[in-house]
Amino acid sequence: MKPAPFTYARPADWPAALALLAEGARPVAGGQSLGPMLNLRLALPERVADLRHLPGYAGVSMQGETVRIGAGTTHAAIEDGVVPGRLGEILAGVARRIAYRPVRNRGTIGGSFAHADPAADWCAVLPALPGHAIALGPEGERRIPLAEFVLGVFETALRGDELLRAIELSALPPATHFGHWKFCRKPGEFSKATACVLATPGAAPTAVLAALDAAPLVIADASALLADPTAEAARLVATLALEDPWRAALARTALRHAAEAAR
Amino acid sequence: MAKLHVTTTINGEPTEFLCDPSQSMLDVLRNSLGLTGSKEGCGTGDCGSCSITLDGRLTCSCLVLAAEVGGHEITTIEGMAQGDELHPLQQKFLEMAALQCGICTPGVLMAARSLLEKNPEPTETEVRFWLAGNLCRCTGYDKIVRAVLETAAEMRSAA
Repeated sequence: MKPAPFTYARPADWPAALALLAEGARPVAGGQSLGPMLNLRLALPERVADLRHLPGYAGVSMQGETVRIGAGTTHAAIEDGVVPGRLGEILAGVARRIAYRPVRNRGTIGGSFAHADPAADWCAVLPALPGHAIALGPEGERRIPLAEFVLGVFETALRGDELLRAIELSALPPATHFGHWKFCRKPGEFSKATACVLATPGAAPTAVLAALDAAPLVIADASALLADPTAEAARLVATLALEDPWRAALARTALRHAAEAAR
Repeated sequence: MAKLHVTTTINGEPTEFLCDPSQSMLDVLRNSLGLTGSKEGCGTGDCGSCSITLDGRLTCSCLVLAAEVGGHEITTIEGMAQGDELHPLQQKFLEMAALQCGICTPGVLMAARSLLEKNPEPTETEVRFWLAGNLCRCTGYDKIVRAVLETAAEMRSAA
């Protein structure tokens, strides 16, 4: 289990990181997805750029009702409550079920989202939340709605010359209901089906179905799902025309459980 | 390819080594520094047999680049006993025979110590979830979980 040879760069600031990216370096955040791919030689970069030391890469700040989570914030920090309020509770509940604690201690919310593995938990949850991914490119920051960030399997709205710098989320009222369900035969393994439903007072409920072999299915108005979880889950999953009956069954189950938990 | 010079602290000892940029910390521990207590199981962060702590946080050393650890503090299973005095977890694992082949044991011990530092009074469910990232292929989980719970109880009564 040895990666193919590559060189290692540690940019000290964002312009240096963008310059390395322009030269073709592969960015690495927590390395808990890229690391296995390097060890298995599924990824063969000539150079990796370690983003961990960039100023402001990790950490959470509040700007009014907006919570800005640095892309390099670890799952463990989120699990341990670094994000305040009801939003923080919801994110902590998701983070707690990502892989295992040693992985959560290093893996980051931004790295996971930008990697866009279809089974990744943040790709299954962030698109349901009101907020933006903050991309940084040569021309400065660009805000991408979270629901439009993941475009496919390992594919995002980030351009080749951009890095994911932060996730900005709106604070949620205490009465917000949230349901999250995923199917893993063993705790911590890759999910076979994940769904979440967010019901915020005064706003249309949203839902996401993920761990598909495609971009997550984002449901901008999940009122029908909340009203009749079984029937609407069946209708939504039928529109996906999934080949394997067991996948369709798990997807229906995930949506139904998430909706029931969010009521 | 040019080697990198890394200065770090391992088990309290200032340590220097040379490594290739693509070498994992596990590779350097085992093959350059002779610290073979950390085992290589999967190389993908699923088995936990290479568990170390990096600045006090439990980590899979197969997913850490050796090039990154300059200036940081590492502890490995070799740093768990104080001289001839075993850590209470190590002692309890021996007494309760909470191991069979022993390959997963260093990682299990590192993970269990990290759990007890964070949560001195874990429930059985909490122990099982925390150790979900440590695979034992001898099917020895029951004794492992009981040994961790008994150690936790003894450490609390001794404290």
